Amino acid sequence: MRDFDYIRPASIPDAIAAAAEPGATYLAGGTNLLDLMKGGVTSPDRIVDISRLPDLNRIEWLVDGGLRIGALVRNADLAHDTSFAKAYPAVAEALLSGASAQLRNAATVGGNLLQRTRCSYFYDTAGPCNKREPGSGCTALGGENRLHAVLGWSNACIATHPSDFCVPLVALDAVVEIEGRNGRRHVTLEEFHRLPGETPQRENALEPGDLVVAVRLPQEAASFSANARYLKVRERTSYAFAVVSAAAGLAVEGGKIRTARLALGGVAAKPWRARSAEAVLLGADADEATFARAADTALADAKPSGDNAFKIELARRIVVRTLMAALAGTPERLPALPASPFSSIPGARHDA
Amino acid sequence: MNLPITLTINGHRHQLEVDPRLTLLDLLRERLDLTGTKKGCDRGQCGACTVLVDGRRVNSCLALALSHDGADILTIEGVAHGEELHPVQAAFIAHDGFQCGFCTPGQIMSTLGLIAEGQAGDDPERIREAMSGNLCRCAAYGGIVEAILEAQENMAKTDRRTAA
Repeated sequence: MRDFDYIRPASIPDAIAAAAEPGATYLAGGTNLLDLMKGGVTSPDRIVDISRLPDLNRIEWLVDGGLRIGALVRNADLAHDTSFAKAYPAVAEALLSGASAQLRNAATVGGNLLQRTRCSYFYDTAGPCNKREPGSGCTALGGENRLHAVLGWSNACIATHPSDFCVPLVALDAVVEIEGRNGRRHVTLEEFHRLPGETPQRENALEPGDLVVAVRLPQEAASFSANARYLKVRERTSYAFAVVSAAAGLAVEGGKIRTARLALGGVAAKPWRARSAEAVLLGADADEATFARAADTALADAKPSGDNAFKIELARRIVVRTLMAALAGTPERLPALPASPFSSIPGARHDA
Repeated sequence: MNLPITLTINGHRHQLEVDPRLTLLDLLRERLDLTGTKKGCDRGQCGACTVLVDGRRVNSCLALALSHDGADILTIEGVAHGEELHPVQAAFIAHDGFQCGFCTPGQIMSTLGLIAEGQAGDDPERIREAMSGNLCRCAAYGGIVEAILEAQENMAKTDRRTAA
């Protein structure tokens, strides 16, 4: 690991001033940053340790019925907060389906949004990568790419965003609160992450020095609590990134869908809000046929970026499964294997 | 440039000067000779380096020592009471919760974290899920889950006796 200056600012303005310098990066939980530094993928000149900044580790219920989650709230603390898990069960399920108990104890809300792709070519400093070294080329195109993007990719980059947490958040219209050199601003999570285009090194809306201070959920986000699920297909049952995942929330009246939310994970460089599929669901019968049409619409623009055409069909199936699970209702208690499509209940179908 | 920190490790206070790059894991092993905490992958994937920081289980390989200034750390060396094993340690032996033993300190520290979290209860599937951050190349998983179930029960019995 290359040497760096270590700064522990006492306030948010001090942190922003220290991090606005070229070569500086923020450190919070460190679970992704230290891994990247050990691999030589990232070599900051300066680390601005924000882990002790005051007031960023609170979960606040707002008077307008919304929620404000401080950027330094640990993943485990958020998922196990009883009121939070009751109001936003799909978000809690997504959090608990990610990483391991040890990592969730350290990883923060802000860091989860900002974690880097797990594309193995991004990590392999021996070869080119447009994200790591702009203009050097993409080794994943034509490489081992069965887990890469099927939506929104470009010839410059086919990496996916690895977060589980962000998938239900984007479905629920989460907003990112950012403080920077010019004050505070709000960016929707849907607009926060960028698609690669020709500049895959620009992954989000942050400018130098910008600090994610909180994530907000609007009042309406809690209205899906009775019918909200997150499902995630992994290559092993636990402690693995999504091959494909989906978050769904439904409000159903008299068999008709009044409102629907749908987002996909593991398919693109950002958590993928499926708005066109939501439009199909709106006002339609709440049944499997409708969900299949929504799934087709959600994946209408998908195309393989390599050896990964299977992910498109897999994503369709996981969309249908997640909508069916949401329709069946949020379970009283989170399943033993959060977000797993494989049930241990005899007779339960796992072949949809 | 080395910077000063204070850590409480297994009940003892240490004042140290550390390189900013030093991880908590390397501090324990290389500076303080607390080699019970193991370096497996050094990348947060295997769980062999698990310790409790302020009562919570974390991967010490992904923790900068400097960032944990003032923390209270428990490692495997601080778990037993003198010659008397902790109930979790005794249960791992009773149930063959290991073969080679390399992952065992991490497994035991992770178990202590899991029991403190209180989320898994006595459901073996929830215990397996909550222990997925600790790999065992010998695949002693069956014994590990049995050990956790028994240790948890024994500790609850002791708590009930103490409370009575």
